[in-house]
Amino acid sequence: MSVPSLTVSTTTAAATTAIAVAIRHLTVRYRQIEALSDVSVDIQAGEQIAIVGPNGAGKSTLLKVIAGLQPITAGEVRIFGVERAEPNMIAYVPQRLQVDWRFPVSVSDVVLMGRVGRIGLLRRPSRHDRLLVQRALERVGLAAFANRQIGQLSGGQQQRVFLARALAQEARLLLMDEPLVGLDIPSQDEIFRTLVALRAEGVTILTALHDLQQAARYFDRVMLLNRRLIAYAPAREAFTAANLVATYGGHLHLQSSGDGLLTVADTCCNPPLDDTV
Amino acid sequence: MIEVVTTPLAYPFMQRGLIAALLVGVVCAVVGVYVVLRGMAFLGDALAHTILPGIAIGYLVNGANRGALFWWALGAALVSSFSIGAVSRAARMREDTAIGIVFAAMFALGVALISTVRNSAVDLSHFLFGNILGVSESDLWRIAAFGAAVLAVIALFYKELMVITFDPVLAATLRLPVRFFDFLLLTMLAVAIVVAIQTVGVALTLAILVTPPATAAFFTYRMHTMMIAAAILAMLAGVVGLYASYYLSIASGAAIVLASTLIFALVWAGSHLRRRSG
Repeated sequence: MSVPSLTVSTTTAAATTAIAVAIRHLTVRYRQIEALSDVSVDIQAGEQIAIVGPNGAGKSTLLKVIAGLQPITAGEVRIFGVERAEPNMIAYVPQRLQVDWRFPVSVSDVVLMGRVGRIGLLRRPSRHDRLLVQRALERVGLAAFANRQIGQLSGGQQQRVFLARALAQEARLLLMDEPLVGLDIPSQDEIFRTLVALRAEGVTILTALHDLQQAARYFDRVMLLNRRLIAYAPAREAFTAANLVATYGGHLHLQSSGDGLLTVADTCCNPPLDDTV
Repeated sequence: MIEVVTTPLAYPFMQRGLIAALLVGVVCAVVGVYVVLRGMAFLGDALAHTILPGIAIGYLVNGANRGALFWWALGAALVSSFSIGAVSRAARMREDTAIGIVFAAMFALGVALISTVRNSAVDLSHFLFGNILGVSESDLWRIAAFGAAVLAVIALFYKELMVITFDPVLAATLRLPVRFFDFLLLTMLAVAIVVAIQTVGVALTLAILVTPPATAAFFTYRMHTMMIAAAILAMLAGVVGLYASYYLSIASGAAIVLASTLIFALVWAGSHLRRRSG
């Protein structure tokens, strides 16, 4: 993989003027430990962002703060201009390990859950709701699996159920915490193909990732995070030697080769695949 | 042959017992689905035991008036379920530790109160192990009314309760009133337990909450089918247990629980064999 072959498009169909997430001087402290320290960043609506950094860098914390699941110590977070995101605006896809896959629900049950906030209390799902569920399943290529129990799906299919749920929810901001953990390569490719399809919907996507190569290849911008924000830019600008050392410190192998390539491996947490940028 | 079925039903107390077993079975099985899926079995057992001081106080205040005891029991169950939440939040401890503390304290309080009453041992043992054959007509009406209320609430909030049980994080991002629904679920659990106390008693209530849903989980893949199957299995266990109790002269609460366990074992074996051959 060489740098010039990267196709990173920063302009999308969605209006680039709108800010999806505006973060100002965000600090999050758990007891004595500072998980995030003075992070400020503007995330453009409609872009797909990869958040990379070593374990404990605050990637999950940042996603939880944006989702409104984690109280902040200092600073400000605005979602589409408002301090407290409206219900249904944000879809949060949990890590696969946090889901009880034996739970007695079908694929379409899970996707319909994304509609619960819009259906409202004491109301039953309408035909419109069921249609949106059906369409969301088609969009992620799972229409044929609608009536399966969720535990009967492959890892990649399971992850796509949650993408379909975000679509059915009509969320404008999709947060994913390590969606590729434990997936084989074909399943990972399925996820990325689905993300490409989501681009047309204008959904802003923030994904915590381990793999720097995938971050560079599939995402508009990367956020290098290690408690502080190290860089936020398209991959070819962000992945400089200085930034990577600042992000990964000792957990990193850097190798300069003749044609200006940089070989990078996050030795902390990755399977032994070299991430070449 | 048919007499085997009809003979016991000649007795009004057997008729009432059978109706009670069916009603309690359905209510506890449906609520029990949440207990199983949310991993609240320990809380359910603890709540059943913490009812004891309520019954004891009710006994001291109102004597053996069953209607009054029901309300005292319900009050005790609600007080303990909310003190468990309060203790675990205020003392920043794991919830099961908080449950252990409240559970033991309330049960000890119940035993202490009972020890101050003379000659009450017989009546209170009914609450420990159930007395389904002593169910009166007014008991039946109370069980039916509270059971219907619990089922109606579950039907009304079915989709919200499913989201909160399956994915609390989604519930939070959708801004569902998670606290309210947790409270609602605890209240329904308390009602189901108090209703069950009369049939199987404090000590065995957990079994009729957990065993039928756990059995249904072997062969159901949707939450509503799991509820329906658990309810049917619980009714079956109630009928089988009650007849076994009549013909074998064994305690009715224990017979119902053992019937339920037997069904569980059979279904488990069946699903194991099917998976082997399939």
